Formats: sequence, C-alpha cells, structure tokens
Amino acid sequence: MDTAIEIARDIREGKRSSEETVRDCLDRIESGNEKLNALLGTFDDAIERARGMDERRAAGEDIGPLGGVPVILKDNILVKGERCTAGSRILENYDAAYDSTVTKRLRAAGAVLIGRSNCDEFAMGSSTENSHFGTTRNPWDTDRVPGGSSGGSAAAVAAGFVPLAFGSDTGGSIRQPASLCGVVGLKPTYGRVSRYGLMALASSLDQIGPFARTVEDAALALGVIQGDDPLDATTVAGEDVSVPELLEKNVKGLRVGVPKEYFVDGMDEDVKRSVMDAIAVYEKAGATIVEISLPHAEYAIAAYYVVQSSEASSNLGRFDGIRYGYSSEGNSLLETYERSRGEGFGREVQRRIMLGTFALSKGYSDAFYSKALKVRTLIKRDFDEAFKEVDVIATPTSPSVAWPIGEKFSDPLAMYLSDIYTVSANLATIPGMSIPCGFVNGLPVGLQLLAKPFDEQAIFRAGAFYQAATDWHTRMP
Amino acid sequence: MALKNEEITHIAKLARLRVEQEDLPHYSEQLGSILEYVAKLQELDTDGVPELAHGAGLSNVFRGDAVEPCEGDVRRRIVAAFPHREGDLLEVPAVFSDRTE
Repeated sequence: MDTAIEIARDIREGKRSSEETVRDCLDRIESGNEKLNALLGTFDDAIERARGMDERRAAGEDIGPLGGVPVILKDNILVKGERCTAGSRILENYDAAYDSTVTKRLRAAGAVLIGRSNCDEFAMGSSTENSHFGTTRNPWDTDRVPGGSSGGSAAAVAAGFVPLAFGSDTGGSIRQPASLCGVVGLKPTYGRVSRYGLMALASSLDQIGPFARTVEDAALALGVIQGDDPLDATTVAGEDVSVPELLEKNVKGLRVGVPKEYFVDGMDEDVKRSVMDAIAVYEKAGATIVEISLPHAEYAIAAYYVVQSSEASSNLGRFDGIRYGYSSEGNSLLETYERSRGEGFGREVQRRIMLGTFALSKGYSDAFYSKALKVRTLIKRDFDEAFKEVDVIATPTSPSVAWPIGEKFSDPLAMYLSDIYTVSANLATIPGMSIPCGFVNGLPVGLQLLAKPFDEQAIFRAGAFYQAATDWHTRMP
Repeated sequence: MALKNEEITHIAKLARLRVEQEDLPHYSEQLGSILEYVAKLQELDTDGVPELAHGAGLSNVFRGDAVEPCEGDVRRRIVAAFPHREGDLLEVPAVFSDRTE
C-alpha cells in the first residue's frame, strides 16, 4: 500500500488517476471487509467525486495536498447526507444533516471520502466490541480485538483498505487501536482540531486525529484538519505543522523522557522489552534519555473515568427519542424518554451514563466530579514539570498486545485499565502519537510519544526518525 | 462502595433510563467496583488546587449575539430527522399530563 503522500503526488503528476485509486480501495473493502467488519458502509458518490478530482487536475487546477486520496472516517464524524450511527442502535437510521468541520477541511484539501468505520458505541470502549453493528476484528489475528474505540479506522489502515483514516480520541481511542493494529495514530493537542460535527463523548477530552502508515502522512493529515474554528469555541490558533519528510531525520540532542512510573508491574514483559528496545534506538542515535517522574500517574484512570462519564452523561442527554434517532413512544413524556434511551443505548453506554449521573448528583459532585478536575490539574502539572527537562516522552501505548475477543467484555474495570498509558494525555490536553515498534507473537506493539501542548512537531521529528531507522511500519498482516 | 437497588433506580430515573428489575444486581456490582476504584482519588490532598477547565487556559469565549440563517438544505434535513411530524410541523408528547384550564 502506497502512502497518502505518494498517492497524492502520483495523481498530481498524472501517473495514476483518483478514480482508479478509489476503485482499488473499494475492491479491497469489498473482498476484505466481510471478515473484518471494519467498515459500516461506503459512500455512493465516492467514484463520482474521484472522477471530479481527475477532471479538475486535467484542467490544470491545484487539487490540494490530499487531491484524489481516498480516506475513511469513523462513524461519529458527520458527512452531510450519509448515515452516521456512532455504533449505536439509537442512531441506526440517522443521516447527518451537515458536514463536520473536519469533513469540510478534508474535502477542501482534495480528499475523497469513501466510507465510515465501525467503533464502540458513542466511542465508549477499548475494543470495538461495544458496537451495535458487531465487533471489528484485528487484521493480524481475526480472533482478537483491534482495540478501540476507533477500531474500524485502525483495522482499515492496517488491512490496506486506505492509506488514511480518521478517528476520535477521548482517552486513547486513536492511539490504542493504532498500537494493537500496527499503524500510526495521532491524538492532537486539545484545541488544535475542531470538534464541530463530531458526536460528543466528553467535550473537554475529545479530539479528532488521523491513522496512517507513516508519520509523514499523519503530519500531512494534521496540517489539513487543524486550525481554529468559530463553530468550536475551544479551538486555539496553534503553530502550523510541517511534514517531517522535509526535515532532516536526526535526533542528536533530542531529550527523550522515560517515566519511571510507567514501567512497573502489570505490564507484559515482551511489550516492555519492545518499548525499551525502541528507546535504545534513540539513545544510539545521539538522543539523551532522561528518567522522569509523573507522580500522579496512578490516579489518571480514576480521574479520567469520572470526568469522561460525567461529561458523557450530560452530552448524551440530547438523545431523547423526540428530535432525532430511535423513538419508542410511552404513555407519558417521561416514559418516552426512558423507553427510547433504555432500548436505544447499549449496556456500556447506559453504565457510563449512570456512573456520570451519579458523579454529578447532589451530595456526590464535590467528592467525585470536582475532585477529579482538581486531580486533572495535578496530572497536567506533572507533565509541565517533565517538559522542562525533555522534548518528548516515550512510553508504551498499551500494556499488552491485542487480546482475544470476549476476554474483557464482561469486566468493565479490566477494560478501563487497558487505557492506563493513554488517558493522561487527554487529561493534560497534550498531543500523543502511537507508532509501531515491534511484535510479540506476531501481534504489533506500539510506542507512544508525547509532547507539550501544540508541539506536535517534536513528536513528528522523533517518530519520523524512528521510522527511518526501523521497518516495523512496513509490515502488513 | 456498593450501591443499593434504590440508589440504582434513583440514578436511572435522573438519567432518564429504563432499567429492568432483573438488571439491578448487575449494575450494582459493576458500578460498585468502578466507584470503589475511583475512590482512590480521595487519597490525594487537593486543597487549593484549581479545577482544570481548558489546557490552553481559555474561558468564556464570547461571540456576538447575531442571528445567522440556516442553509435551506440543512434545515430540510434536520426536520426530516424528526421521528414524528406532519410535513414541517414537529410533533412532541404533551409536557403537562393533568392540565386543567
């Protein structure tokens, strides 16, 4: 599978057409998706739009940095006129009324949107098992989970359906499936990418980001979707990013932090070895490895699940069975609400709404919600301190490789703990990226790189160097 | 921190969720073990620590209170998504059940 940058270049230079590229992708989906269930649907206008890009190019127009390149969006990002379900029964017949800002920016950059990918219901999950439309399977071993919640997008890139896909990351939902599927996944700094038209899980944590095979493609994608937006008041005009293929691949003098709290009991020894080997690659190339401390790391999951479920319980209040989505009429207004929501939402979603409602309820909100927001400040301060000493922090993305489907399904707490290395970046609002760094028993391992807010460039530099020095990312299932 | 059946029923009502009687023990056990885990937050002294709102420190981002027209096509699609309607008239259940004039 060629990269997005290569495909865009070929199309620009007339060496191939967008139409044939899109047809190839649709063929691969046609033959491969039945086994993986990575995609919930493809878009009928994809070939027509690809043809349109070819015509514009032939007429001498600049068709943009992603001109003619096929991409897939997680099924919680709105594309006007297309079905958008968030993996939920409550939205199984919902067609988006408008485009998300990310959708608009991708189109403006020339991308051809070809389909929508499976995910845990309302992005709540770490395995894509919570989708109303069935589990997505890991392309490396179809008896295992792809991670989640953006498991469909991760599996689609890993299987070579498309060079580029998009997901959303609230507590690791891009980085963790990227790790488990052996691809690159980036969660941008909170505020860099507009959330307008992304179905909200936890508004203070959610960010949209790309899945790709290479760091350069992820950087190009971020450059396209980023930027402040009047339709999302939490966006910040950040520094522009540049594609690191234009940079010298050199990490001499780069200061790489390794948090001592992250390499303790509970983590798989083989995963640990792969990550330590990756860190050794930096050391050998002249980077300075610094042991750092993130003293509040052990409180991250607890703070995260309180903040996230609280915000989710509020955000999902909009699904009332009246304005859109699944509706089950009762004898009273209250009964209509309760029936529509009780029948429309799956188990995990109801569990989290109840957890969040409890954490916000009278008598408990100080001890839970307010406390978690204060702990969030402590976690952010840990990172602020660490980034005085280092440029990037290197950690495992996930404590284990992909696990068998069903293994953690009935134990929500065990599932939550699989996000232990990723949630801190969302709480601290910093950017994070997972890149492939090895295999354990034929299953991919991910290296997570973190940087200070709006310094994605440091992550790209470190990641692009690693991919130039190793070939893990070139392997296909 | 185990939750009693009445507590689960109360939370479910606040959350506008219909929970079947036979599912109560299930929720009680699962929510209980999660609450037990998150209780570790109480170990930390957070006196004087502010709540984190936005990483870049944004607060109260205002805009002018201007009326902007909705695109006709978007309006049409939003209306079409309404489960119960007659043409452009949107049908909702009565809010007051025992209304006497």
